Amino acid sequence: MKFLYKQQWNWKISGLALGLTFLLAVLLVKPIGVSTQFVIFDGIVWNLFSDVVVEDNSSKTGYASPNAYLNKSGGKYASNIANPLNYSFVFVLAMVLGGFVASRMQSNASEADSNNLAVTCDKPDSKRYLTVFFGGVLVLFGARLAGGCTSGHMMSGMMQTSLSGYLFAMGAFAVAVPVAMLMYRRNA
Amino acid sequence: MNIMLAIIVGFLFGFVLQKAGAASPAKIIGMLRLTDLHLMKAILLGIGISSLLLFTLLSAGIISGNHLSIKTSYMGVIAGGAILGLGWAMAGFCPGTSLVAAGAGRKDALFFITGGLVGAGIFTLSYGSIQNSWLFDDLGGKATLATTGVEKYSVMLPSLPALWVAGAIAAVFIIIAVLLPASTASSENA
Repeated sequence: MKFLYKQQWNWKISGLALGLTFLLAVLLVKPIGVSTQFVIFDGIVWNLFSDVVVEDNSSKTGYASPNAYLNKSGGKYASNIANPLNYSFVFVLAMVLGGFVASRMQSNASEADSNNLAVTCDKPDSKRYLTVFFGGVLVLFGARLAGGCTSGHMMSGMMQTSLSGYLFAMGAFAVAVPVAMLMYRRNA
Repeated sequence: MNIMLAIIVGFLFGFVLQKAGAASPAKIIGMLRLTDLHLMKAILLGIGISSLLLFTLLSAGIISGNHLSIKTSYMGVIAGGAILGLGWAMAGFCPGTSLVAAGAGRKDALFFITGGLVGAGIFTLSYGSIQNSWLFDDLGGKATLATTGVEKYSVMLPSLPALWVAGAIAAVFIIIAVLLPASTASSENA
């Protein structure tokens, strides 16, 4: 079990572990996806201030929303906002915990501080924070427009040979590769 | 029970992403700049292995297709992918890895998540006015290349056995994963 304490696995162990995790998720419940939960979180907060989710016996899930997006698919998102203790939402919360434990389980404690890597984007300053903030706006807007993100479309999608997964990967890499090359030209 | 599974599989996924280096923006940007292909190799191998095993189990009838979930193909999948790609390259995070990085104590991940909540909010508010635009024009519906045995999903290569199709794609992914150099940094400096 020593490999659990390594700071970073090699690509073979990483790939095998990723593959088995995605498979396990399908076998036990359903394919992994993350980006929808950003909408659910927004909805939970929004619902505290105004009634964005209402009970509606005529909808498939029993919930409806005046917002067209939250009302989509028989009020599926509205229903998840009303009941945050559902599989998908708890799943992403557990991911945070997984990241925490993994980063603490390192044989060499000094390695734990990943902020010390000699790379521009790992030396946080206000410019980095601003870039990351706007990056986040674009990533989640794009993911919601596409109906999934790197997990849902790219990994889960291509694993099931879904056409959408290949289309998504094409669109994402076609932009991400040239942008990364231009933005981080000097050995980042 | 479902909540227990959410905790177990979610924890495992977060743990694996962190140990794979996927929660490190430097590794992501290295992959996108094509200088550090560790993650590219890992992801291709991961998709290849999971796909091969999934279709082996499906074809053997050990599992049924009702746990699958195929997303719809429409213009917005490509357009949204491109917008995501821009932010991905800027930040070096995607939605899942930002959560893991936040758990690992990275402060910049919190800025990404805040931005992400804003971006998801903007989309939620604008969906009503774009839902009938070209962005949602159909590109094939819920389609797969290999037969899944689930009727509601259309199949693009219906005459070939599913395991051949999925297996061939998986083999290509795995072979590329093996052949790609882990790092191209030395050739860049030369």
